[in-house]
Amino acid sequence: MKFQRVLALTKKEIKKTIREPAVLFMIFLFPIVFVFAFGASFGGVGDSQTAYSVGVVNMDQPGSVNASQILLTALSDTKILTVQAYVDNQTAQTDLSQGTVQAVMVIPADFSQSFASYQAAPNDPDTWTNATVALYLDKGSLVATQAIPPIIQQVLSALAGQSQQAQSSPFSLETASLVEVTAQSAFDFMAPGMFTFASIFLIMMVAQSFTQDRESGMMKRIRITPTSPTEFMTRQVLSYMLIALIQAILVFVMVYFMGFKPDVGIPIYAFAFALVLLFSLSNIGFGLITATIAKSSGAATGLSFLFVLPQLFLGTFVGTSLSSTAQIAGKIIPSYYVTDALTSLFLRGAAITSTAILVDTAAVSVSCIAILAAGILLYGKYYKI
Amino acid sequence: MNESAITVENLVKKFEDVTAVDGISLQVSKGELFGLLGPNGAGKTTTINILCGLTKPTSGTAKVGGCDVQKETGKVKELIGVCLQETAIYPYLTGVENIELFGNLYAMNKETLQKRRDVLLENMGLTGDAKRRTAKYSGGMKRRLSLILALIHDPQIAFLDEPTVAMDPQSRRAVWDFVKELKKEGKTIILTTHYMEEAEELCDRVGIIDHGKLIALGSPDALISKHKVKNLEEVFIEITGRKIREEV
Repeated sequence: MKFQRVLALTKKEIKKTIREPAVLFMIFLFPIVFVFAFGASFGGVGDSQTAYSVGVVNMDQPGSVNASQILLTALSDTKILTVQAYVDNQTAQTDLSQGTVQAVMVIPADFSQSFASYQAAPNDPDTWTNATVALYLDKGSLVATQAIPPIIQQVLSALAGQSQQAQSSPFSLETASLVEVTAQSAFDFMAPGMFTFASIFLIMMVAQSFTQDRESGMMKRIRITPTSPTEFMTRQVLSYMLIALIQAILVFVMVYFMGFKPDVGIPIYAFAFALVLLFSLSNIGFGLITATIAKSSGAATGLSFLFVLPQLFLGTFVGTSLSSTAQIAGKIIPSYYVTDALTSLFLRGAAITSTAILVDTAAVSVSCIAILAAGILLYGKYYKI
Repeated sequence: MNESAITVENLVKKFEDVTAVDGISLQVSKGELFGLLGPNGAGKTTTINILCGLTKPTSGTAKVGGCDVQKETGKVKELIGVCLQETAIYPYLTGVENIELFGNLYAMNKETLQKRRDVLLENMGLTGDAKRRTAKYSGGMKRRLSLILALIHDPQIAFLDEPTVAMDPQSRRAVWDFVKELKKEGKTIILTTHYMEEAEELCDRVGIIDHGKLIALGSPDALISKHKVKNLEEVFIEITGRKIREEV
């Protein structure tokens, strides 16, 4: 493989992107405008999930009354929260950082004792043993920060109210200090998906580029030269990955100025950009599949939406307000795993080596490389490269 | 006999139930300017595509520069330059950028590429427009640039598929002069055309193809003399009973 050929073709592709107004708009300006408009318009939309998973570390030492069991039953009866038991806080925190649960509640050892003291003298707060339930929240979930605390607070109050109709209660709910709930805005929850969103329109660009080159005879002219199919495809992948990188940088700069400033280090950012680049492979692959199906560049534009829309709606920030069914469907889309990984990295504070990130990265790698390979093979079969 | 640049034996190409090339055999000598004539759909471009390694023949063999076009496609592509019937150039690049792109695809070194680029631009009368984007070029200018792209790497064998189609007389004359210059340099040239006067003006020998078959082969003068007619157009009428360009 001669690097000179790959470089020449890559430069050509970059010039095309810069010089063709329609391509320039679609690739760079449209994602930025869309991100801005969508972020500004729908930033306040909440999550429409119907059940949220709460991890419980039950340290309670029940006496004659098992108050923690009453609390857990009451939480489950809300039909809004599903309770998952953990034997220790560390395991629960790990799952929280990886998005397995959206909150972790730690019931203190003296919870039943507190309940018993309340029952013994409901009108004498001085005799109560006060108990504090600690709550850790998923910073990457809008609902975790805004909906779960009031629900638990309400159940705790009801627990006291069930016994004596009292206004005050020995139970208090304390949000763990490490979780900076108030620092998160609705826009923050969408930002990871915006990074994913940016490169999706490569599908259309790749499909149009291949069909246009085919229609104009350029593909034939290149095939006449000694350029090998490997060199040709390498330049395609390289140039579009470069475009994806520029897109990601532009979107990052924009969301940064709109207020998204995750408290993570450079390695996390580098890993995030690497994920976006990896993700761009699937978009190049979908573009090639579209170019194989489409008979003309006009048809390619329309057909590309077969892949653009699922990637966009099921896997990026656009999907945060979709139904739970749609969110399950999203799990067959590469963009879902990229957005999930970026959310875990930026908002949940997950480490690069955490299980959730490794699983997401594996899903992105396998699916994106498979889609790219399928695109190359299909295109090569029906239209010689 | 001169050394052969191109050898074709019993070449057949079928597209489902249509036989585009039907048992063509011919030889082109090194340095020869050979014309493939025939109406549209006769099989000229399919033959050229097979010789360039773009299309696989159904049967038969073809060698270009001594290399089998099926088994040694890579070597063949190093030897040849092809001016396609389509005016295929990138509209968003300038003339110079288009030329340099293809020079790099042929892995030319920078200095050689620049020298060759300047000579070809001068010969084709495009020096003044070289730095303009080709989207603004006229049809004739695009055809001339297309010819430069085919020959930028100074190939030993050039395939020119209808290089002057739809050109104005001035551009056509410039291309003719350029093709004559190539011949003087010792290049082997395969020219397809349906302009009979072009073939008579330029070609050492011509092969006339009709319905995929080679129906006549020889120098223009020899064919005209053999059929006792005035020109190649009448040679075609004499053999087929039809005008060559009525199907164009």
